[in-house]
Formats: sequence, C-alpha cells, structure tokens
Amino acid sequence: MIQLSRWKIVVLALSLVLGLLFSYPNLLPAETRANLPGWLPKNGLNLGLDLQGGSYLLLEVDVPAMRAKRIDNIVEDVRTTMREDSINLNGLQREPNGVLATLANPAQQDAAFEALRLLAGGPNQQGVQERVASRVGQNQVRFGFSQQAIDGMASTAVDQSIEVVRRRLDSSGTKEISITRQGADRIVVQAPGQSDPAELERLIGQTAQLTFQMVESDQQLIQLAMQGSVPPDSVLLADADGVSPLLVKKRILVSGEQLTRAIVGSDQSGRPAIDFRFDGVGARRFAEATAPQNKGKRFAIILDGRVISAPQINEPIPSGSGQITGGFTLQSASEMVNLLNGGALPAPLKVEERRVVTAELGADAVKAGAVSTAIGFAIIVIFMILSYGLLFGGVSVIGLILNGLLIIAAMSLTQATLTLPGIAGLVLTFAVAVDANVLIYERMRDEARAGRSVIASMDAGFNKAMGTIVDANLTTLVAAAIMFMFGAGPVRGFAWTLSIGVFTSMLSAVLTAQVLLGWWLKVAKPKTLPIADDVAKTSSKTAPAAAE
Amino acid sequence: MRGWPLIKVLPQKTNLHFVKYARAFGVLSAVLCIASIVGCFWPGLNMGIDFRGGASMEVSKPAGQVIQLDEVRGAVSELGLGDVQVQGIARRDNNANDGSSAILRFQVPEGRDQTQVVQQVETAVSQAVGQVTYSGVSVVGSKVSGELFTSGLLALGVAVVLMFVYIWFRFEPQFGFGAVIGLLHDVILTFGLIVLFKLEFSLNMVAAILTVIGYSMNDTVVVFDRLRENLRKYKTMPLREVIDLSLNETLSRTIITGVTAVMVLAALAVFGGEALFGFSIALMFGIIIGTYSSIYVGAPIILLWGVKRGQIEEEAKPVKLGMASRP
Repeated sequence: MIQLSRWKIVVLALSLVLGLLFSYPNLLPAETRANLPGWLPKNGLNLGLDLQGGSYLLLEVDVPAMRAKRIDNIVEDVRTTMREDSINLNGLQREPNGVLATLANPAQQDAAFEALRLLAGGPNQQGVQERVASRVGQNQVRFGFSQQAIDGMASTAVDQSIEVVRRRLDSSGTKEISITRQGADRIVVQAPGQSDPAELERLIGQTAQLTFQMVESDQQLIQLAMQGSVPPDSVLLADADGVSPLLVKKRILVSGEQLTRAIVGSDQSGRPAIDFRFDGVGARRFAEATAPQNKGKRFAIILDGRVISAPQINEPIPSGSGQITGGFTLQSASEMVNLLNGGALPAPLKVEERRVVTAELGADAVKAGAVSTAIGFAIIVIFMILSYGLLFGGVSVIGLILNGLLIIAAMSLTQATLTLPGIAGLVLTFAVAVDANVLIYERMRDEARAGRSVIASMDAGFNKAMGTIVDANLTTLVAAAIMFMFGAGPVRGFAWTLSIGVFTSMLSAVLTAQVLLGWWLKVAKPKTLPIADDVAKTSSKTAPAAAE
Repeated sequence: MRGWPLIKVLPQKTNLHFVKYARAFGVLSAVLCIASIVGCFWPGLNMGIDFRGGASMEVSKPAGQVIQLDEVRGAVSELGLGDVQVQGIARRDNNANDGSSAILRFQVPEGRDQTQVVQQVETAVSQAVGQVTYSGVSVVGSKVSGELFTSGLLALGVAVVLMFVYIWFRFEPQFGFGAVIGLLHDVILTFGLIVLFKLEFSLNMVAAILTVIGYSMNDTVVVFDRLRENLRKYKTMPLREVIDLSLNETLSRTIITGVTAVMVLAALAVFGGEALFGFSIALMFGIIIGTYSSIYVGAPIILLWGVKRGQIEEEAKPVKLGMASRP
C-alpha cells in the first residue's frame, strides 16, 4: 500500500543520516580528518592507483630457481660429508629432488647411509622431515628433499618473501605500502603516490643472499680452471675489481642466515664499511674457517653471486664478528645493511607486471572523472524533470542525490577502491537507478490508463514494478560478481562500485519515491495523476484487440 | 501545460508491429554477427598490453613543446625491441592535442629483463628528444597477459551461462533461450564495434562488455516480465500479438532509460578524457545494441520456439505478482 508506513520513513531518515556521516570526511582536508574525535568516521574515498598515482608491482617467486639452488647445496653437502668420512664415490648424479651417490666400495654403503642420515637431521619445527637419506641397491645412496618438503617449498618461499619484502620496505621508510599474496607463487606490492618506483624495485629486486666461501689456493687448479676445466666443486667468479677471475669453492661456509646484525661502520681509512655479527652456529663455523691451518688463504664474501670482497685470513676470528669492506658509499652501505638485516629472499623475485602512474596523471584523471560525473548527473536531472515534471521527476532526482550520497558513504566505509572505470560505473549506476523510477512511473501510467484512481494506480505502480526492478537489478549484480571474481585491479573497482550502486539505488529510488509521493498524496489529495495521459486522448484510441 | 512533462508527448499507446519486421531484422542481425566474428580474427582485435604483454609508456613535455614522434621512433627502434608504436595523444591535463604528449608501445623480447629494457627506452627517448616526463608506465609480462586474457574470456563466458541459468529459473526455458541468444548477439556485435573503431581491447573493455551483458539482461527482463504477464492476461490472443503488445507497452520505458544511459555515457566519452573514451564508446554502443536486441532478437526468438501457455498459467498461481488483483 502506498501509505506513510513508519518504518519506511525511519529507514529513509536513517540512511540519510548515515550517508551524511560517512561521506562527509571526504570534504575535509587530511589533517582535519586525522584530528577528528575517535568515534567519528575518518575515512575518505580510497582512490585507486590510476586516480592517486603510485606503483603496482606483480612479482613472481622464482620457485624452480630456488629449488635448483637448494639441490645444488645438497649436492655440495653430500660431497663434503663423503669426503670428511673418507667414503670414495664413483659418481654423484643429480636428481629432481636430490642426489644419487654411487659408492666406489659397496662395503661402505652402511657408513655412507649413516653419515647422510646424520646430515638429514630430525624433523623441523612443523614436524616435517625435510631431508631424507636412503639406500639404493648394493652400492648407492640417495639423499634429497622429501616430497612433503618439495610441496611446501613454494608456499613457504612466498610467505618468507612477503615477510622479507615487508621488512625491507618498512625500514626504507616508505609509507602505506600494501603487500599481498596472489595465487600460488605471486606477490602484489602496491605503493601510493610519491614513492619512487625505481627505488622500490631496487629494494625488492635483490635477493640479498650473502655467503662466505673459500677461494681455491691451489695454483695448478686455478691454471686449469682458467683454461676451461673448472673442478666440479668450484666456480669461477669475477673478483671484486671486476677484472681478474677468482676460483671459489661452491661449499658455503657461513651464510647470511647466520647473521644476527649488520650496521654501517667504517674501515681503518674511514671509508664506509659494514660491521656484522654471526649467531652461535655462524661464529663457530667462521672460527673453523679462519683456523690457523687456513692462514694465508682467502675467502670470498659473495652477495647474489657477486664477489664483494675476498680478504686474506690473517688470524682466527673466534668472536663471530667481522667487517666487510669494498668500496661502499654511505648510501650503498646503508642500503646493503638494510637488505642484510631484512634477510635474504628465499628465491629471486621476477617482476611480471609493473604499472606506474604519476600523481599528476592521477589528479588529471580525478578531474576528468569529476567533470564527466557532474555533467552526466546534470543530464539525468534535466531529462527526468523534463520527462516527468517537477513533482515526479523531482522525486527521482532527490532519490538520485540520496543514492550518490549513499554510494560515497558505502565506498568510504568499506574502503573499496575507487578507480577511473569505477567512476564510469558510478555514472552508469545513476542512469540505471533512474530506471527504477521509470519502471514505477510507467506502471502507474498504465494503471491510470486502465481507468484506476490516483491512489490505486500509484499503489499498483509500486507493487507491480517491484518484481521487475528486483529481477533487473539482480542481473547487474550477477555481472558485477563475475567481474569481481575474474577481474583484476581496476575492473574489480568497477564491479564493486556497480554492486554498491545496485543496493543503494534499490533503497533510495524506490523508498524515496514511496515516502515522498505518499506524503504528497496525503497532503495534496490529487484528483488526477500528473504523469497520466491527457484524458481527451485516452478515449480516442481503443485498447488493443483485447482479451477474454 | 501541454507538452510538459514530456512523457505526455510520447504516443500513449503505440501499436507498432515489431514482429512483422522481425524476419528482416533477424537476417540483418545474423549478417552483422557473422561480420563481427570474422572481424575479430581478421583484421582482429586491437589487443592492449593487458592481453598481449609488453610495455606502454606515456611521455609528455610541458604544454606547447612538441615531441618529435619520428625521432622517438628512430631512437627506440635501435634497441632491437621489434615493433615499436609511437603515437601522439591529447594532453591529460587539458585534453589539448598539441603534440606535447605521446604514448609508446613495445614488446619486451623473451629473456630480457623488463626493468632494464624500460630504462634503456627511457634513456634512448631522452637522448633523442630531450627531457621528458614519464607519467604512466605499464609493463605486463607475457605469462601474466596470457592469464589475464584467459580469465577475461572466461568471465564473459561465465556471465552468459549464469544469465541463462537465472532466466531459466525465473522464466521458462524458451525465455532463457531468447535471452541468451539476445545476449550473445549483443556481446558479438560489441566486439564487432570494438574491431570497427579499432578500440583497444583491454581489461577495462572486458568490464565494459560485462556491463553491457548486465544492461542487456536488465532490458530483456523488463520486456519478458511484461510478456509473461500479458500471456496470462490474454490467454487466447495469438502469441505474435501478445509479443507486439508487450513490446509496445514497455516501449516508453525502454526509450527513456536507454536515452538516459546513452546521454550520460556520451558525456563520459566527451569529458572523461583519453582513459575513459574507448570504455564509454563501447558501453554506449553496447547499450544501444542491447536495447535493439531485446525488441528484435529476444522476443521474436520466443515466437520461433513457441510457449506452452497452459504451463505458465499453472506456475503463475502461487506468484504474488500474478493476476489475482484483476477483476
């Protein structure tokens, strides 16, 4: 019934108040907003990258590279263990999950297996036995990652990467960076506004894998390596000066994981350097490596496969602290310290997608969006008033204004991202919201044409149009839901705006019309429907060759 | 006052014989659909970097200064990136096409680092035409672009299927077929227009097409609702006449809503700048097509299939919005 039911007025008044409350922070400058009392909503619209400017990076964790590297380490571990236990090998064969060692002497199989079982250690904190050893045939042993460890590797690597990236970005001082996981092996980094995208990529792009490895001192082997036959347990790297090659053992003595702290210091001549300290395990291994029998040898400090420096061992260093020198500037030293303290990425990150929008471009987009929204809005207002007159047209315009208010309030409240296509969605929502009014009014006109009274035709107009309105809006909602599920970035923003618009337009267009027109009926007690056809015309045409 | 509200000017009871011309328009629609499908493969869609992969960079100089496009093209093509497109665009801040802004599009060759390639291009451009600002840079890897394309097409497919299911439940199967064929018609013709106007097919365009799907369904539902109601009301009237009657009865609403949407989208296309232009144009034409199809594709299909009218009557009884209130 078209009557002023109390709950409708309450709902309408409530939505008006809430709409005003949640949308008005948008009118305030940022500082005022921050100083509002705690119980007041503070959030303005959350502008997307294309409106605000900023950087978007989609990174992929290079899991295969990480797996390959871990298996490299396993091969070296096995080789070293076998050598230390004086077990002779006929061959080491690399496998997808580990390594297969063929023993020269089958009698040593038990000893080899025992040694590898010790190397494998117990299950980790999560109770997963990561590395497993097994006997194969009469003269082989297999050592490698368990299937469980391989399966979990990608997921763990992504989690760790997110952690590391967050630590690095936090300590770089850039604000409001969002880091989220996407799919199985991807990370999305979004930084708003002013931040420098190049710096962002420099911070994220480095693996920061720090290792200490021995440098081969056997001149004969070095000669051979220079001629092209590099021993299997070594690798040829460019020295810190970038010119002369250095033959470095593959075995990692100590790695960045054993670092407890790195700070910027200075060397004897006052140039920036990096002071570091190892944890207990690291300190012990470092002490072993610098033991007297290695005096005079060199070890290489390698970051991401690049030799930073290769100092000579002069005396044992039992304390586990040391210094890296190597032509740092103050900036590069502090960046490196930041990277080392943030920890190494478990795997390299590849930039798969990268979008950068400057703040100016964003501001221009906001301007264009605002102008076209205002013009679109004005067009609807003029058209509705021209079509349906001041009363009925005006009622739908009031509904539209309430609708706009509610959309802005809902988007501010939920902090949904408003993008440029989202603005287009908003404008289109206005056009579709008016459709609800059009459906109701046309229905009223139909009923009046069928000879009903004003009250009866308005009543029937609301009732009969409702089913159609719900149906029609549901289809838009389905389309929006699909955009949300499959879409990326700006499309999601569009979908969200569209869906919020569907809900608010149902509320505002229908309810506003019901309450305002109900009130008009009560006050004005009209004899004719202002939007009905002129009576004179009605009789001139007959209803279609009709019915029953 | 005569003539205002304007709604009084519209013929109050149109009696247009839509169905009579359905055959002719059906043939026209079929021809256009086939042309559109062919057009999607030849000359093909103008794929944006979202779906094709590669990089796009917007460069601009202060207003009034001109970027020599040939010089930019020459400098960048020396980097061995294959096909490099350089195109002048309107300034973002005042929409003026004074030659001070341009957009570069190129592919990042397999195996080369994205970041490095972008830096090389920036250096090359600066050397060729002096200091420029880079206002927007997008680089999409081939893997991601492939996934975006697949998920974009998947979204369109799922949307059509869900709409079909929805109409199937809400109406009768015949209505569902009519709606879905109308929907496919709209989607295909919108693709045709994208090809015809060489609009860039990007993620935003998929959003536009999905919205067209939503709107087209919206329009179809309004017509079908009326059709179903009239089928119950006029039990003996031939189907063809019921369809005509329903289309006529909903015509004023179809026109008012359609005109509103198209006008608003035209405003977006004109004032929304470069970024919204393609999007608004596609939406605008999509909505025009959607309006046309609910008159000339959706409803006539039902005529082809026919409707079991007794069945509708039975199902109608429990529905609240049925004929109970009629004397």
